[in-house]
Amino acid sequence: MQKFLRKNAPAYVFLAPWLIGFFLLAIFPILASLYLSFTQYDVVRPPEWVGIENYQYMFEFDYRFWKSMQVTFTFVVISVPAKLIFALAVAMLLDKGIRAVGWYRALFYLPSILGGSIAVAILWRQLFDYNGVINSVLRFFGGDGPYWLSDPRYSLWTLIVLAVWQFGSPMLIFLAGLRAIPQDLYEAAEIDAAGPARKFFAITVPLLAPVIFFNLVLQMIEAFKSFSGAFIISGGTGAPLDSLLFFTVYLFNEAFSYFRMGYASALGWVLLLIIAAFTAIAFWTSKYWVHYENERG
Amino acid sequence: MASVTLSSVVKAYGNVPVIHGIDLAVNSGEFLVLVGPSGCGKSTLLRMIAGLEEINDGTIAIGERIVNDLPASQRNLSMVFQSYALYPHMSVRKNLAFGLTNLRMPKDEISRRVTEAARILQIEPLMERKPRQLSGGQKQRVAIGRAIVREPQLFLFDEPLSNLDAELRVQMRVELAGLYQRLGTTMIYVTHDQTEAMTMATRIVVLNKGVVEQVGTPYELYNFPCNRFVATFIGSPKMNMLEATTADGAAEIAGIGKLKLPTGIPAKGPVSIGIRPEQIAIGDGGDLAIPGKVSLVEYLGSEIFVYVQLASGERLLVQAPGDARIRNGEPITLSISGHQAHYFDANGQRIGPKGKRQG
Repeated sequence: MQKFLRKNAPAYVFLAPWLIGFFLLAIFPILASLYLSFTQYDVVRPPEWVGIENYQYMFEFDYRFWKSMQVTFTFVVISVPAKLIFALAVAMLLDKGIRAVGWYRALFYLPSILGGSIAVAILWRQLFDYNGVINSVLRFFGGDGPYWLSDPRYSLWTLIVLAVWQFGSPMLIFLAGLRAIPQDLYEAAEIDAAGPARKFFAITVPLLAPVIFFNLVLQMIEAFKSFSGAFIISGGTGAPLDSLLFFTVYLFNEAFSYFRMGYASALGWVLLLIIAAFTAIAFWTSKYWVHYENERG
Repeated sequence: MASVTLSSVVKAYGNVPVIHGIDLAVNSGEFLVLVGPSGCGKSTLLRMIAGLEEINDGTIAIGERIVNDLPASQRNLSMVFQSYALYPHMSVRKNLAFGLTNLRMPKDEISRRVTEAARILQIEPLMERKPRQLSGGQKQRVAIGRAIVREPQLFLFDEPLSNLDAELRVQMRVELAGLYQRLGTTMIYVTHDQTEAMTMATRIVVLNKGVVEQVGTPYELYNFPCNRFVATFIGSPKMNMLEATTADGAAEIAGIGKLKLPTGIPAKGPVSIGIRPEQIAIGDGGDLAIPGKVSLVEYLGSEIFVYVQLASGERLLVQAPGDARIRNGEPITLSISGHQAHYFDANGQRIGPKGKRQG
């Protein structure tokens, strides 16, 4: 043991910052939140063990939990495919060999860098405000825009548009994937009398499937965790009429507005399980539609 | 079957011309091989015929129809790519059927054609496999199968054998030749391998820097090359070249001696004398004896290649039977005959008979 320490101590000293960070900031909070999810804890008093009461309440009585699930699922189901389709469309345009493609790539990637930030969410609020830019443009053309943000019928759509606008990162991955498809397959298909649609569905989509799958999983996880846009635009409450009550916004309110840390921890674990389940489903289905070139079989 | 006619076909990438106005007539049912060094434009020419590459000027006609503006799919041709270009996510069967499905052919007919192609190419046991589960030779068979099922009027091959190992290449060469005899369809075949060109072609087109150097049967190209480029490009090992000046009905090869010119070769100005390695005899007995020293012997079994250093500084390559006892470093006498040699003028153009005899 002493010999081991003497030999390896310097290595562990250098590793220490990362190890301390990993255990203190990752493993410990994860385990603590699992424990807290079975307690009532308001930060002031020590946690009080309640067993599965938090989970029971969540599924049986908490209509806001179900509302937040509905909002989040609607957001995921619409925004993820829309974003992927848009990203793929732009990637295919850029793949056509447009001039100054580097500039376009940078330009299109920009929203992805800015997108997650508070500043853009605030900008979005200004754009879609009743007296904001969008409605001013509509009025200029003689129309009259609705209350985008305060009408529950439209509010979620503004966030879906915001999500789709941040298509840069999946677009770049799609572009790399498209570039990796050998050109002579398209030429062979051209001679084989395949039209553009047939080429897209019979060549591009199947050969891009690993990339589509990667983007799908990544964007799905991202969408389930989506927080800052909804938080800023709804003023932190999920308003109007809980139409922007994303799961994460609800969780945040439970934790930091009402200090129901135990319940918020339980919500956190449910979100984790939902994401894990959907990722698992995606992986399970992938063997039926994702073709890997170097796979042995 | 269809003929193909190229008239003044020009192709340039930006400001760089790659095909300089080519005229070429491919007869119906012919196996035409385009051969030339890399970068000579042979693949570009093939892709222009296929419709994968636009042409800048001139016309391409398949049969009677000018196809300049016709997409590849409507030119009624099939192409086999160097990389095979098999659809990696489809089974062999689907790869074969893909083009026919696109043409909305009845299922029975697709099935009949696919089965027939599989039988011809002996790939029946592989039909449900994916391309990644096939060897190089099997992939090439599938690629050829995909071309056959279309029953096109024209086959195009773009260096189809260059990704295969030597043994398989010879085997596939024989199979392709057999396939041609069986189908009798017009075939245009691109290769940089002159052995492929010589063995398979009914006619060969030698291309160099986007220009046709010579069109002819393998026999014509080998025995009557129209210029120095064709003379040295066709034939392996390469033709020897000796520089000489002519006077009084003979060619004076500097430092070696005088070679009497055969009739029909005018004696004026400088000439290049080309002699194939198998046309140089060992020992004296020809029109001109050349002394030298053996610098290298390559043993190939049935034959040997002897590199001979001449006193003039030049080096000759001689082909001799495999049982010839020749060793490195020993002195040797070679002899050449004037009537077996090829003569080229200062511009590299052939002087003398431009035979059209068939071999």
